[in-house]
Amino acid sequence: MRLLFNEVRSNKFKSLVLISFFIVLLGMLGAVIGYVYGSLLFGVVFSVLISVVYILISMYSGDSMILSMSGAREVTKKEFPHLFHAIDGLSVAAGIPKPKAYVIDDSALNAFATGRDPEHASITVTTGLLKIMNRQELEGVIAHEMSHIKNYDIRFMMLTAVLVGIVTLLSDFLLRSFLWGRRREKSDGVGVALIVVGLVLAILTPLIGQMIKMAISRKREYLADANGALLTRYPPGLAGALRKIAKDPDPLVDRANKATAHLFISTPFRAHSGFIVNLFATHPPLEERIKRLEEM
Amino acid sequence: MNPLYIILIVVGVLILFVILLFNSLIRLRNQVKNAFAQIDVQLKRRNDLIPNLIESVKGYMKHEKSVLQNVTNARASVMKATTAKQKAGASNMLSDTLKSLFAVSENYPQLKANENFMQLQEEITGTENKIAYSRQFYNDIVMLFNTKIQTFPNNMIASHLKFTAENSFEATAEEKKNVKVKF
Repeated sequence: MRLLFNEVRSNKFKSLVLISFFIVLLGMLGAVIGYVYGSLLFGVVFSVLISVVYILISMYSGDSMILSMSGAREVTKKEFPHLFHAIDGLSVAAGIPKPKAYVIDDSALNAFATGRDPEHASITVTTGLLKIMNRQELEGVIAHEMSHIKNYDIRFMMLTAVLVGIVTLLSDFLLRSFLWGRRREKSDGVGVALIVVGLVLAILTPLIGQMIKMAISRKREYLADANGALLTRYPPGLAGALRKIAKDPDPLVDRANKATAHLFISTPFRAHSGFIVNLFATHPPLEERIKRLEEM
Repeated sequence: MNPLYIILIVVGVLILFVILLFNSLIRLRNQVKNAFAQIDVQLKRRNDLIPNLIESVKGYMKHEKSVLQNVTNARASVMKATTAKQKAGASNMLSDTLKSLFAVSENYPQLKANENFMQLQEEITGTENKIAYSRQFYNDIVMLFNTKIQTFPNNMIASHLKFTAENSFEATAEEKKNVKVKF
């Protein structure tokens, strides 16, 4: 339990680092745009202001953004009593408040948790998963999500989804605006240098975003598997669930996208293989996770 | 440096240590109490569900009087229990009698198809799980608390501050013996 406490602190710290990184990055982008269009200072101030506002919005309603982006809807106990019982029971086991329950109407087998802290958290599962899993397996999945909530993974992962999402959008926009700006600009030395910096930034940001997401997810999934098994005291439950997920013929969650993929318990896209895909994979291979659970 | 200052610093650090220890122990003990209350909530919830369950199966299970009687008796003993050990024993007994009731219900196809019975069964199974999880959480916290007051150097101070080890929510061997399941 003490280890988990350290995990919480580390996640809060990483969230802060991510936020500062986001502000600096946007400030730099703002400086470049500002310079190209006339006022460097205005560009910096404006973009830092915007990024602070955006961070506040992300923190307080990032989870509802993610939920509506994924097409999740809140459900009542009447509709899925066993889902509610699993969430109730495991929140008691974890000693945290009861998260809200959401489902995505999708046949793919998947689940995720989001929110800014355990007091404001929700767990989402697909209806396909509810249909296929037995009670032990469903509890295994919910326990995995519950440990993401308990150690504040959800805060960091929510911020990554929302912040990296917007950076990707922005850099796309920037790339285009440079193509326009270059035609009008007289190419003096400083201007060209700044444009090069801007271009590099614009190309680098989505890459950096990918790296961050990768770094946070792979280790985190193993840890959440282990903590989840500790909550249910029954590793075969989650192992069985992962085995069913591995056999899922259609793992594509229709409304999942690159910004939200790392939130899910297993990657919500079709299976690919190859070096590049593995390098940028947000999730460790299911076989490896199952193996580790079986060894517990 | 003046030896007086050294003594003052040592005493100050010691006092600070005691204050921090005291506060963290109080926090943990409150968590223990809260976790125990959580178990009680779930036990009560299960007890509230049982009369409905008996009512819905009575019509079908005419020849299983003893099974129903066992459930009712076990429920009454959960209500009477006061200490953690008694509650744990009575709760285990009730769980076992409910298990045998649900096992017997397998022989009654009409009962199993009954919407009301199905809902109650889901509700009781869910509550049984929650009881297990709340016990697990309580025992985890109790272990954390007990370890903290029994390890050095905390043990030298904790006993003076009137902190004593808490009981985990576990039935003793004797109480386990009392559980009889009849089919």
